[in-house]
Amino acid sequence: MKFSLASLFAGLVFGMGLIVSGMANPEKVLGFLDIAGLWDPSLAFVMGGAIMVGVVAFAVARKRTLSFLGFHMKMPTSAHIDKRLVLGGLMFGVGWGIAGFCPGPGLVALGAGETKAAVFVAAMVAGMGIFEVIERNRAKV
Amino acid sequence: MIEIAWSNFTPWSALAGGILVGIAAASFLLLNGRIAGISGILGGLLSPAKGDIAWRVAFLAGLIGAPAVWVLATELPPIEIEAGYPALIVAGLLVGIGTRYGSGCTSGHGVCGLSRLSLRSLAVTMSFMAAGFVTVYVIRHLMGV
Repeated sequence: MKFSLASLFAGLVFGMGLIVSGMANPEKVLGFLDIAGLWDPSLAFVMGGAIMVGVVAFAVARKRTLSFLGFHMKMPTSAHIDKRLVLGGLMFGVGWGIAGFCPGPGLVALGAGETKAAVFVAAMVAGMGIFEVIERNRAKV
Repeated sequence: MIEIAWSNFTPWSALAGGILVGIAAASFLLLNGRIAGISGILGGLLSPAKGDIAWRVAFLAGLIGAPAVWVLATELPPIEIEAGYPALIVAGLLVGIGTRYGSGCTSGHGVCGLSRLSLRSLAVTMSFMAAGFVTVYVIRHLMGV
């Protein structure tokens, strides 16, 4: 229960941050990705602001084995960089550049009642489903 | 030469929103001990394990519910979606498959991964940033859409 409430809080604040920053608007994101046009550097400031806070949080987290609510710290353990990882990143980037949506802003815009965002999110979930099917079949072989 | 779109550039609200995103990721990390990676939180619902569903749904409900809470205080800023439906479907599929193979998106790798100085996250972030820049260049300047 505590875990879910903290998750709800984090999701809500995350969404608020995306709205405040303007990143829930794909046109704004595309303005950042369009370096050959009139460039809007705002997205870099969003990342900068988030990372400023994040660096401190991870420095605190690194010294702990339990979270402040008493849960085990579950940090990523893999440092492995392979073709699959980079190709995944590239694929994501192409999709991001086409619509100006990454997963968070897509979900926030869906919550704002945008039909187009709902279509994007549905396709994104379908894409994640395709990944699951491919990986499960691979695991069977 | 890069030309800045001064009329669109919103450094202060971008920074303030970014700090809020950072606070969200920090609270998730320090309260629950987890990485706030949105694609992973969503994708994990497709192969759910027992006891691993409620918190994912709660996080996503917070994210999706943010605009509803926002409008209690003030009007939502505009959301302009220029892409047509076919483009949105292709984009969604690519983002869905890509973020799962890449083990994360802008939140998990871009914000959290870079905050913990992970080279792996840096590699993925550089990949999706580069692909994003090239894609927009191709669409806007070569195809002229």
